[in-house]
Amino acid sequence: MDSKQSPRRRFLKNASLMAGLAVGAKQSASGQTLKSETSEARSKDLHAYGDRSRFVKSSRAGSLGLWPPAAGPTRDYGFRTPLQDSVGIITPGSLHFVLNHGQEPPDIDPGQHRLLIHGMVDRPLIFTLEDLQRLPSVSRLHFLECHGNSAMSAPNRALRIAETATVQDTHGLTSCSEWTGVLLSVLLKEAGVQKGATWLLAEGADEVKHTKSIPLDKATEDVLVAYGQNGEAIRPDQGYPLRLLVPGWQGISNVKWLRRIKVVDEPYMAMMETTRYPSLRPDGKSRWFESEHGPKSVITRPSGGQKLPGPGFHEITGLAWSGGGTVRRVEVSTDGGRTWKDAQLQEPIARKAHTRFRMEWNWDGSEAVLQSRCTDDRREVQPTLAALAKIWGVNMDYFQLAGTVDMGNFNAIHSWKVNRDGSVRNVPV
Amino acid sequence: MYRSSALVPVMALAACAAAWAQTPSYSNVGRSPTTEEIQAWDISIGPDGKELPPGSGTAKEGAEIFAKKCAACHGPTAEGTPLGPRLLGGKGTINTPQPVRTIGSYWPFATTVWDYINRAMPQGQGGSLSANEVYALTAFVLFRNDIVKEGDVMDAKSLPKVQMPNRNGFVPLRLEDIGDMKKRGCHGGHCP
Repeated sequence: MDSKQSPRRRFLKNASLMAGLAVGAKQSASGQTLKSETSEARSKDLHAYGDRSRFVKSSRAGSLGLWPPAAGPTRDYGFRTPLQDSVGIITPGSLHFVLNHGQEPPDIDPGQHRLLIHGMVDRPLIFTLEDLQRLPSVSRLHFLECHGNSAMSAPNRALRIAETATVQDTHGLTSCSEWTGVLLSVLLKEAGVQKGATWLLAEGADEVKHTKSIPLDKATEDVLVAYGQNGEAIRPDQGYPLRLLVPGWQGISNVKWLRRIKVVDEPYMAMMETTRYPSLRPDGKSRWFESEHGPKSVITRPSGGQKLPGPGFHEITGLAWSGGGTVRRVEVSTDGGRTWKDAQLQEPIARKAHTRFRMEWNWDGSEAVLQSRCTDDRREVQPTLAALAKIWGVNMDYFQLAGTVDMGNFNAIHSWKVNRDGSVRNVPV
Repeated sequence: MYRSSALVPVMALAACAAAWAQTPSYSNVGRSPTTEEIQAWDISIGPDGKELPPGSGTAKEGAEIFAKKCAACHGPTAEGTPLGPRLLGGKGTINTPQPVRTIGSYWPFATTVWDYINRAMPQGQGGSLSANEVYALTAFVLFRNDIVKEGDVMDAKSLPKVQMPNRNGFVPLRLEDIGDMKKRGCHGGHCP
């Protein structure tokens, strides 16, 4: 245990935090504002498949714009995870972020679904879901993050830089689950990869048959063909019945509704990977296939939109992760980065997974700027915005220009300002 | 096991892959697909276009199909509507503070245009166009971006040879260098 408190006391405290958070991030975290609500008719059999308390309202938010935005049946482009309400490291399937580029999840009958493996293999193979479930399985904790998470570019720039932004608005396109499935290396071995093969192409069964090229090197390292998420079948909006899980890599690689893997000898330059997902820098040159997420963290409590009821004890807690491996260290600053203290890391600390950090804090009632900084086991350190600007070869003015910042894998240290009245505000730059 | 050292070059990796790949371990799991099954699913077109099917089309033919099947979302002039992105323009904007990424200004490969129209267009009816229609629409979009001439015939031979204006706008340039992040000097999710 990382805690100086008893587990029971921590549990009680977390429970009271959850009650407070139930009414949303913009409410007081003290729980004082919660009112009972009128009872609703319950039509579902809650013994067959449980539901949460009707008092808990934490939910995803469709905040990436509507698609199509002007006519026809509009639908949200994506949905963000309410990180401000998160406790521990697991994101419930029902709250996992979704970014389907406006596509509705296909309604797939698992009995009809097939996975084809072909291309540069000795034995092309077709697997049913049942076939895959007969093979040796593994369960692993991994985060999934959209490459545009917390980026300052359109279409969500206004939301991202608003002083009123919550951590759901700024960082809600990351989530963490226990994924269960078959290692892709097992399936590739069954098919027999031929000499000269260097890449594979993964394809989904969605409306646009999303396709992504992945180096064979990565595919055989730790990629999963997953059918389970947090102890149950993967949710439809996460790729039911099968998805690729590419640990630590941009969400776009994690092909949902996976139906085909073709082993090839070059990247196939599919639409998303060549035209939408390369980072574009001011000199006009793009970096494509910047697949791995760097070390990153964010404080989820206290965070934007919350309000501290008054000076005194407040736990600072948040999430840290790295696509490069294991979180080794998280430091927290309450003075805008002038001084840092090591936070406690909650075990288990898994590779390429959210890691919960915590630090005790006695707030004296004066202005404070809260930051967190992650270091991974390759000793790579989460950059400041200035350090990130240096990597990208831009000056700080660049981040002030509306609509310009068009770079993925944004992992700069994030700041929350605590005002004297206890209100917590987003500090965009 | 199969985990590769970060320093092993790509070719050696391929050799390793071949070494471990030869023997299946689990009996009677999965089945062999028929040739027809593979053909029906194998729709992906790579940048060298070797999978492109027979057929052909010109921009002139494509204009008619575009008006019927594409203009409702992309607009009659392919300049986009709220329902579908613009397919042209943006020339000269990629290195400015307001870059406009379109097929003409940004897409590095003409084969990607063919592949995406074929698999995904028209919206909700992906896969419904014939090979000739896809060639014609690809030719039309390339013509509207001043990349090919109105009468140029696009087919399996000519399309992969089309030079896209932004082909050299990417780092690294060579496809064979893309896969090795370490060799590229990428750190913390960012590449130089």
